[in-house]
Amino acid sequence: MITVNINGKDYSAEKDETVLAVAKRNFIYIPTFCHNEAVADYGSCRICMVEIWTKKGKNKLVTACLFPVEDGLKVETNNERVLFIRKNIAELLLAKCPASAEVAEIAAQLGVYETKYRIEKDGNKCILCALCTRVCDEVVGRKAISLVNRGINREVAIPFYDNAAACIACGSCVYICPTNAITMTDKDGIRTITMPNCEMKFALRKCNSCGREWIPEKQVKYFLSSAPGLTIEEFDLCQSCRK
Amino acid sequence: MSKQVEALDMQEVLAKVNPVLEKHGYDDGMLVGILQDVQAQFNYLPREALIAVAQRLGIALSRVFSVATFFKAFSLTPRGRHQLQVCMGTACHVRGAARILEKFETQIGIKAGQTSEDMKYTLETVGCVGACALGPLVVLDNEFEGHLTVDKIEPILERLD
Ligand code: SF4
Repeated sequence: MITVNINGKDYSAEKDETVLAVAKRNFIYIPTFCHNEAVADYGSCRICMVEIWTKKGKNKLVTACLFPVEDGLKVETNNERVLFIRKNIAELLLAKCPASAEVAEIAAQLGVYETKYRIEKDGNKCILCALCTRVCDEVVGRKAISLVNRGINREVAIPFYDNAAACIACGSCVYICPTNAITMTDKDGIRTITMPNCEMKFALRKCNSCGREWIPEKQVKYFLSSAPGLTIEEFDLCQSCRK
Repeated sequence: MSKQVEALDMQEVLAKVNPVLEKHGYDDGMLVGILQDVQAQFNYLPREALIAVAQRLGIALSRVFSVATFFKAFSLTPRGRHQLQVCMGTACHVRGAARILEKFETQIGIKAGQTSEDMKYTLETVGCVGACALGPLVVLDNEFEGHLTVDKIEPILERLD
């Protein structure tokens, strides 16, 4: 056990925990976009910046989600220097994602309502946090999507913008997206997953009892091939009818 | 990905891709080097070749696509027989690189970043190539053509087959 001081109060922590983990456990709010417990931290959105002082006298701004605590570490999450930089990051995110209500909300918490930077792309919502690609890789294990291109053209996409071969239409990337930049609709027997510059369509399977279209056929195939004991009959009924 | 490219025969693709993978010991840590060598084989990175690389290395196609689209040195569309890279660095710029580029564009009839219909030329711009004393210049198939003037461009293009 080690002791960390956050905003003037001492808290005990495990070595190698991140500043964010310690803060969260003690109900100290630090805004985040690219952090999610389901996947490893990545540090791309920068909104969680805090100021730290180590015992050895090092003082700098770090991302709370990546910085590991050490004994005697002093952290301030809300001082003038932190807020100055955080507001600037909020402005950058506003310029990148003019269409995102979630970005606007966190910016507004910081008192930021407009940006001095040039709006990059009207209608964009993606902050390039890569939660979608990380969850698809680390949790779903499909690696169906990745960030492609570079610089201002960087975006999330399936290979060649049209090859959805590895995707099982699970929707994890949709649910984890902090800014709703990826959307999913189930309609007329088709699940459509829409990314900023590409779209995937998957046929849905009907429940034999209630007729609801409840699971993508491709996902059924994937389950059958990855779990040898399963039979196709187990997918006859939807979750509600099975009970 | 503007141009529609006809699908290549997978056997032919593998015949070119396999030796490259062999040379790199099927090491996916060498992905950039592998793609460079594959591009040297085809003059660009065909879709089928990227799929083959991913399959043979046992890595995700999304990763290969991510790397292939990241570096400017890689092209996913066929490139012309001759590569023209007009230097737009500061030194070339002040000596009229913009006019040089414009002359190349009107002479060939394509914009920077494009390949001519007959697959003869690919025209690109680059930042400083470090040969400022020669500016304004074009890198033509890896050779410097320096001290360019607008009048010299037609003869240079005519020289190429
Ligand atoms: S829906 Fe497809 S791309 Fe999204 S997480 Fe699931 S498998 Fe990956």
